[in-house]
Amino acid sequence: MSGLDAVFAAARSEQRGSLIGYLPAGYPTLEGSIELIGAMIDGGVDLVEVGVPYSDPVMDGPTIQAAAGTALRNGFRLRDVFTVVESVAARGGHAVVMTYWNPVHRYGVDAFARDLAAAGGHGLITPDLIPDEAEEWLAASAAHELSRTFLISPSSSRARIERAAGASTGFLYATAVMGVTGARDQVGAGAAELVGRAREVTDLPVGVGLGVRSAGQAAEVASFADAVIVGSAFVSRADSGTRAVRDLAAELADGVRAPSAGEARPSGLR
Amino acid sequence: MPEAEPVTERDGGTGRASAPSGEGTGQQHDPTDRGHFGPYGGRFLPEALIGALDELAAEYDKARQDPEFGERFDDLLANYAGRPSLLTEAPRFAEHAGGARIFLKREDLNHTGSHKINNVLGQALLTKRMGKTRVIAETGAGQHGVATATACALLDLDCVIYMGEVDTERQALNVARMRLLGAEVVPVNTGSRTLKDAINEALRDWVTNVDTTHYLLGTVAGGHPFPVMVRNFHAVIGEEARRQILDATGRLPDAVAACVGGGSNAIGIFQGFRDDPGVRLVGVEAGGHGIDSGAHGATLTSGSPGMLHGARSYLLQDDDGQTIEAYSISAGLDYPGVGPEHAWLKDTGRAEYRYATDAEAMDAFQLLSRTEGIIPAIESAHALAGALRLGQELGAGSLIVVNLSGRGDKDMDTAAKYFGYVDDHGTGGRS
Repeated sequence: MSGLDAVFAAARSEQRGSLIGYLPAGYPTLEGSIELIGAMIDGGVDLVEVGVPYSDPVMDGPTIQAAAGTALRNGFRLRDVFTVVESVAARGGHAVVMTYWNPVHRYGVDAFARDLAAAGGHGLITPDLIPDEAEEWLAASAAHELSRTFLISPSSSRARIERAAGASTGFLYATAVMGVTGARDQVGAGAAELVGRAREVTDLPVGVGLGVRSAGQAAEVASFADAVIVGSAFVSRADSGTRAVRDLAAELADGVRAPSAGEARPSGLR
Repeated sequence: MPEAEPVTERDGGTGRASAPSGEGTGQQHDPTDRGHFGPYGGRFLPEALIGALDELAAEYDKARQDPEFGERFDDLLANYAGRPSLLTEAPRFAEHAGGARIFLKREDLNHTGSHKINNVLGQALLTKRMGKTRVIAETGAGQHGVATATACALLDLDCVIYMGEVDTERQALNVARMRLLGAEVVPVNTGSRTLKDAINEALRDWVTNVDTTHYLLGTVAGGHPFPVMVRNFHAVIGEEARRQILDATGRLPDAVAACVGGGSNAIGIFQGFRDDPGVRLVGVEAGGHGIDSGAHGATLTSGSPGMLHGARSYLLQDDDGQTIEAYSISAGLDYPGVGPEHAWLKDTGRAEYRYATDAEAMDAFQLLSRTEGIIPAIESAHALAGALRLGQELGAGSLIVVNLSGRGDKDMDTAAKYFGYVDDHGTGGRS
């Protein structure tokens, strides 16, 4: 069982959803990001999604765009992502990296996979790499035993969902709404339907992201998905410091354990 | 169809090879089914857009084989855009080109003042076919934005144009044109606030509104099928130019020169000559303040392979794969990427790419104005500068066709400041 499988299995054994929290490496600085991510782990996220700041983040809304810009202006270098991943592992947490593809392509796909595995990372989430173009990554991830998370969207056909699920390992990422990242008042009504369509073709855990910001939303998403992914809300909260980030993580961690989270019963265990 | 091996090294793939070609003249040099030109092209975009790209590719394939669509497109080109555009000899200009004869393909005479109208009419017709009611587009210099707003007015489509804030200031008159035509112009204030960021913002809009909206991309970049589709809508430039130069001189040119930002006017004219091995295809990029200065837009000259805006091609990037901001006096060439087919034409050696600096382009801009009474777009002036040098290299009796991709009216503010034709109050100044 890979590290990531163990993370999802642990949550499942507690009959609850997993909580995945995103923060960009290097935001606002390298040291600052390590502290903020540490606070997220302390607050109870099951898995950390370490973002790679990128100059042209077309899947991201204003919040994460601005954070990426800050990180780059403050001197973020790509290799810093491995330092952040190491810090997660050292704190007893689990990390995957979410990155646009060009930085990985530029670094060298195999070299990036090698260095990520060496840092203790579990895998990659690739928002602008579709399985059709992922030959090099399929080989590198296999060679370095990393998980591959491809995305599915409400506009994905059954064939596309099959393709993404077939190429993914660890978990599948369902984008709840058509759009870019950013906290929303409502998680798209299509999210549950999309997860349902994914379940028809795969046994992989399905995480839902894009828009979740509150414990109530986390509970709602956890009622139909295996994992709740929260990004922009953490980035916004980062402005208020580590305590605020830890508190948000704790609220959301309560959310994925709430009675309304479908059949999951609160275990009271942590 | 077999896929070419990916190029793993920066300068790999120098051997000559040709892209797979389809049946019939219209599909010569087409990419693979998945949009690959050798190791370039493809789709490096969010999954949310793949359905729309598949739909577009399917609709385009159908339209391409539908005589009715072809007739409608040809009719608009002839009776709305004003095609065929002229091929004009420029003898007084050519006196500065080492004795070469130079002919200008007059895309500046098209409706809206540039080649951009070809592609927007094609894609606007496709938008109607797909039953979509809203069009979004990016623009740099404003030419593609104006052309898109024009086609949307003609075909009753809602139109939103994303334009970098820097460019809205450089090209204020084009912003007014687009608004007059009924388009909403959205200034983009993220990143470098130029064309690259306008494309990012248009892509974000598209991801959100893809059900109702067509992204009318203005160049031969982006995910498949944009590079091949936009190329084919512009292929009329090369087809006409080839016929016209044969009529005028009885022979094929020694070289065809065109400016390259994203590369749409260049690929359009190259397409007519790429099967004539004796014709050199020369793309001229924006040299800005010079390559060594770092302030330029010469992607093929000094960039490296990577992904930007949906395709693998060359781009200006740092060691971490972060995009480096481009610079050019010309807003339309101020772009750190380039269409993937140009990357393939470079690697295979079928086309060659060089650059002209701001100063060289502005010299050519003024020279053409004063010798021929034609004010070119500053973008096109880069091609003219390239032709002056090509003429020196090819020598007396050589024959060069330059794609004059647009007219310079939009650039008068930049030119007036550059040459000091106006004072700080916008009036008078030296003569």
